[in-house]
Amino acid sequence: MLTFLGNRLLQLIPTLFFVSLIIFCLQQLLPGDPALVMAGEERDPEVIAQIRRQYRLDQPLPVQYVYWVKGVVTGDLGESMRIKVPVRDLILEKLPVTVQLATMAIVIALVIGVGAGIISAVKKGTLWDYAANVLALWGISTPNFWLGIMLIFLFSVKLGWLPASGFVHLSQDWRASLAATIMPAFVLGNAIAAVLMRHTRSAMLAVLDSDYVRTARAKGLRERTVILKHAMRNALTPVITLAALELGTLLSGAVLTEQIFSIPGFGKLIVDSVFNRDYAVVQGVVLVTATTYLALNLLADVAYILVNPRLRG
Amino acid sequence: MKTIAAVATFCTVFLAGAACAQSTLRIGLAEDPDILDPTLARTYVGRIVFASFCDKLFDIDEKLNVVPQLALSHETSADGKEVVIKLRPGVKFHDGEPLDAAAAKYSLERHLTMQGSFRKPEIAALDRVEVVDARTVRLVLKTPYSPLIAQLTDRSGMMVSPKAATAAGDRFGLHPVCAGPYKFVQRVPQDRIVVEKFSDYWDKDNVHIDRIVYLPIVDATVRLANLKSGGLDLFERALATDIKEIRSDSKLKLSTALELGYQGIDINVDNGPAARNPLGSSAEVRQALSLAIDRDALNAVVFNGEFVPGNQWVSPEHPYYQKSFPVPKRDVEKAKALIREAGASTPFDVDFMVPKGEETQAVAEVIQAMAAEAGINMKIRVTEFATSLKQAEAGEYQAYLLAWSGRTDPDGNLYIFHKCRAPQDYPGYCNAGADRLLDEGRLVSDFSKRKAIYEQLTKIILADDPKLYLYHRRVLIAHTTRLEGYKQMPDGLVRVVGLRLK
Repeated sequence: MLTFLGNRLLQLIPTLFFVSLIIFCLQQLLPGDPALVMAGEERDPEVIAQIRRQYRLDQPLPVQYVYWVKGVVTGDLGESMRIKVPVRDLILEKLPVTVQLATMAIVIALVIGVGAGIISAVKKGTLWDYAANVLALWGISTPNFWLGIMLIFLFSVKLGWLPASGFVHLSQDWRASLAATIMPAFVLGNAIAAVLMRHTRSAMLAVLDSDYVRTARAKGLRERTVILKHAMRNALTPVITLAALELGTLLSGAVLTEQIFSIPGFGKLIVDSVFNRDYAVVQGVVLVTATTYLALNLLADVAYILVNPRLRG
Repeated sequence: MKTIAAVATFCTVFLAGAACAQSTLRIGLAEDPDILDPTLARTYVGRIVFASFCDKLFDIDEKLNVVPQLALSHETSADGKEVVIKLRPGVKFHDGEPLDAAAAKYSLERHLTMQGSFRKPEIAALDRVEVVDARTVRLVLKTPYSPLIAQLTDRSGMMVSPKAATAAGDRFGLHPVCAGPYKFVQRVPQDRIVVEKFSDYWDKDNVHIDRIVYLPIVDATVRLANLKSGGLDLFERALATDIKEIRSDSKLKLSTALELGYQGIDINVDNGPAARNPLGSSAEVRQALSLAIDRDALNAVVFNGEFVPGNQWVSPEHPYYQKSFPVPKRDVEKAKALIREAGASTPFDVDFMVPKGEETQAVAEVIQAMAAEAGINMKIRVTEFATSLKQAEAGEYQAYLLAWSGRTDPDGNLYIFHKCRAPQDYPGYCNAGADRLLDEGRLVSDFSKRKAIYEQLTKIILADDPKLYLYHRRVLIAHTTRLEGYKQMPDGLVRVVGLRLK
C-alpha cells in the first residue's frame, strides 16, 4: 500500500510539471496584451513600457516561465497585477467560498437526484416516473443564468425573502450565509441533480432486476428493506463516483452562477482575471484547481484499494 | 412588512448584522475596482470609490466649472508657467496628519515620480512643486499647460497622507489614507469595499450617512433586481433599455447627466496595410459613411432616444461644442455621390471590429444596415475588448467602434487621439495643421481664444474624418427614493457628501 502511494505521489511530479507548462503556454496564446489592458484608458506608451518591465513581460517566455516556477516551488504564486494582492492570499480567501457553495450544491443534487432516481425506478411506468423524468429533462435543459435570474426575480424582487446577490461567510452569520447561498447552490445543484437522477434510475432498474434482489424478495423481506438495504447500496456506487466528479468540477468554480449572484469564489476570480489578462492570478488558480483534481484522483484510487482488496497487489 | 423583513435580511446578509443601527449606503458597481491607490489606479469604477474617501484639490460642478475642494483657489501666472494654489486650512488626513503645503507637494511629486504611476502622463508638464508657505504651493511648469487644473479635479489632484504612503510604498492601495469624507475600512476583492464616516472631515456637517458599502455586481439586471428588492440603495451604469422600468417604479429614481465622453468609429486611415481600402484612403468616402448614418434613428432604435446624437468630441451641450459644425442629417444620395466622386466602386466591404457587448453589437447592426444603403458593406467582427485593443494598435482593422469615457478638459478627448502617433491614434492619422492646433490648444487658458483654436481644428478633423463621432451617452444612476440629495455630475462619479437616507 505504501509503495503504491509512494509511486503515485512520484507520478504526480511530472504530471504537475506538464500541467504548469500547459497552463503557462495556453495563457500566452490568449490574444490581447496584458500591459495594454493594465495601462488604463489613456494607454500611455511610457506606462505600458513600465508595466512590461515590472512584470517581466518584456522577457522571453522561457525566462518568464522559469521565474514563475521558481516562485511556485517556494510557495510564491506571484501577485495580482490589477490589485497588487498576492495570488496565494486571493486563493485562500476564495477557497472557503467555493467549497461552501460546492458542498451545498452537491448536497442539494444528491437529495433531489438520488431521491427522484430511486422513486422513478421503483415506480417505473407510473405517473411518479414520468414526473421525475420531466424534472430531469428540465434540470438538464435549463440554462443556469436564466434559472438564476428567475429565482432572483421571484425570491428577491417579488417575495423579498432572499438577498439577490452577495456572500456572507458561515463563520460570520450562518443564517445569513445560508440565505445568501441557497439560490446559487440550488441553481448549480439542480443541473447536477438531473444527471444523478438519470444515472440512479438506470442503475436501480438494473439492480432491481437482478437475481439477488429477487432472492431477497423471495425470502419475504419487506419491500422497503429490499430497496434501501439491498438494491440501493449496490446501485449507488457509480452514482457516488459521478457525484465526486461533479464535486471536482464545482470546486474549480462555477463561472456563470458566481457572476450572476456576485459570489466572490474561484469562478468569478478566474473570469475577471482572464478578462483583465491578470496572468499570475489565472495561472495560480488553474494550478491549484489542477492539483485539487489530481489529489481527488489519488484519493479515489486509495478508496478503490480499500474497498477492493484484489487491487492491493 | 415584507419590505421590513427584506431590509432586515439584507442588513444581516451584507453587513453581518453589525451596522444596521447605523445608516449604511449600499452602492452597486458594474465591476470590481483595481488598486485603490490614486497614483496607481486606472479604472473608471475605481474613481467612483475614490469619491468617498480621497478628496481632490479641485472638483467640478454640473456645468463643468472648477470648484474648490482641498484647495481654496488657484492663480496662473501671465506666462502660464506657474500656478499658485492656496490650500484649505484645518484639513486632516484619516491618520490625523495635517494636509499642509508639504503634504500637497509630497502627493503631487508621488504622482509625478512613483514607479508605475498612471498620473505621470496627466501632469507631465509639471517641472517641480515649491512650498511657498504652510498653506500655499507653487507649481512650476516646463511649458504652459491649460488642462492642468482640470487634471487636478481627478486622481492627479488626490492628496495622500505622506506618513502612510511612505510607510506602505506600492502597497498603499491596500489600505489607502486620504483626506475624504469617509475613511477606508476593508476590502474583500470582488465582494465589497467598506468605508466609514471620518469624524475629522473638513466638511463633516454635510456628511449624514455613517457607512458606505460598495458591492461589485457585474450583471446590470441583477443590479436592478438588488435595487428593487432593497439589497442596494444606488447603482451605477443602468441599461438604457431599463430606463422605462426604473421610471415606472415609484420607489426608484433615475439620476442622469450627459457624459463627458462619446461613442465613435475609428477608421484606419494609415495604420498598416489594412488601411488600403476605399474607406481608409479617401476622406470623401469617410464623409459618405458619416452621411449614411442617421444618428437620430440610431439613438431612437437602440437607446429609446435617451442619448444625444453628436458629431464632435464633446457633446452639443458642452461649452466647447462648435455650433458652426452641427450634427449632419442623413443624406444617402449625397453619400452615394461622394463615393462616386472618390472613384470607389460599390458595394465594397469594410472590416468593422466591434467590442463584445449587447449595446455595442446593436449599434453596429444599425450602422451596418444604414451604410449598406450607400453601398458600404460593414462586415461586423465582434471581438473581445482586450483583443480588440491589441488589434486596433496593430492596425488590424478597417473600422473600430470605440467609446471614450471623457475628460473634464476638451484636450483629454482630443490630444491622445488625433495628434500624430499619439497613444490612441489607432487610425494612424497625421495632419501637421491639426498637430499645431492641438499643441496651441494646450498653451492657451482663455476660453474664447481656446475655443477659436478648436474651431479651426474641428474644421480639419471633420473634413478628414479619421474618427466618426456618433452619440453621447447619459450617465445613468438608479437609486431608491429613500436616498435624498443626490445630484449627478457629468463625470459619472457618485459624490456622497450631502446625501441622506430616509
